[in-house]
Amino acid sequence: MTADPIFEFALRMGDNCLVLGQSVSAWCGHAPILEEDIALANVALDLIGQTRMWLGLAGEVEGKGRSADDLAFLRDARAFRNCLLVEQPNGDFGQTLMRQFLFDAWHHPMLKTLAGATDVRIAEIAEKSVKEAAYHLDRSTDLIVRLGDGSDESHHRMQAALDGLWSYTGELYAADATDEAIVVAGLSDIEEQYKDYTSKTFDEATLTIPDATFMHKGGKAGLHTEALGPLLADMQILQRSHPGAQW
Amino acid sequence: MSNEWPLWEVFIRGQHGMAHRHVGSLHAPDAELAINHARDVYTRRNEGVSIWVAKAGDITASAPSAKGPLFEPSNSKVYRHPTFFDIPDDVGRM
Repeated sequence: MTADPIFEFALRMGDNCLVLGQSVSAWCGHAPILEEDIALANVALDLIGQTRMWLGLAGEVEGKGRSADDLAFLRDARAFRNCLLVEQPNGDFGQTLMRQFLFDAWHHPMLKTLAGATDVRIAEIAEKSVKEAAYHLDRSTDLIVRLGDGSDESHHRMQAALDGLWSYTGELYAADATDEAIVVAGLSDIEEQYKDYTSKTFDEATLTIPDATFMHKGGKAGLHTEALGPLLADMQILQRSHPGAQW
Repeated sequence: MSNEWPLWEVFIRGQHGMAHRHVGSLHAPDAELAINHARDVYTRRNEGVSIWVAKAGDITASAPSAKGPLFEPSNSKVYRHPTFFDIPDDVGRM
């Protein structure tokens, strides 16, 4: 394992934002209505902005001169540390929103907690990102409730999305040695906050959390599902085929 | 029944102390989502500190064809403009 847990941790935070941001940005020009199209693009851009900070920190801690761009565009799937949830395909609009909600419900309390981290660099990035995450969570919660408790069609799609994605949520809050090395009060409370918040929202949305308790994991250790490869190929092709290309 | 969401008119206040200005319109199923959409569509470049939305159908407008009778009579009445007064600097923006 790598020596510095801050490097690993910053990669996890950054890769979550990068992979989700890249996925969400694929909706640009394709969302069901113009207003949602712009909203999704805003969310994607917020996440890419946060990626710059996290991967910038990772490169700095690593000390080998790799920039945020190098880390984003020149690593293979095996070196990515994002959770499996964020690499799941966009699917339909309902699936994209459900993935976003399941992420936001973790991301916001996580950033709020990290704002109190002893490592001042982590605390500063969290502080800068937490307002964006608060809006993302408000927005995705609102849409989950509207669509879950909406028409038969929308309810059906949201329930199908929840059934498909729920088993990827355990990895978000399951702490390992890397997470535990980040000294911050309250990190262990995130699981409970997450479960409370999601179950309250799903009640309101008339959606049912699946009974099965099995949870996938592996992303944090670089073991990914098949969806990540094509996403990275799409994202990295320019830098791979024209190394060092600039605007 | 139409499947289209109703149209909302969006008003943004740019700075403290300034009035809300009409910036455009958008579609949304209700007022709450109209505010969210307005935030995403019209304040991306840090334009606003406050948003108002109103259903376009709730706004009553003057008829374009009535432009002549409504507005032209005031053209020739320059004495109604308060441009003949000196405003003291201390008054500030009016």
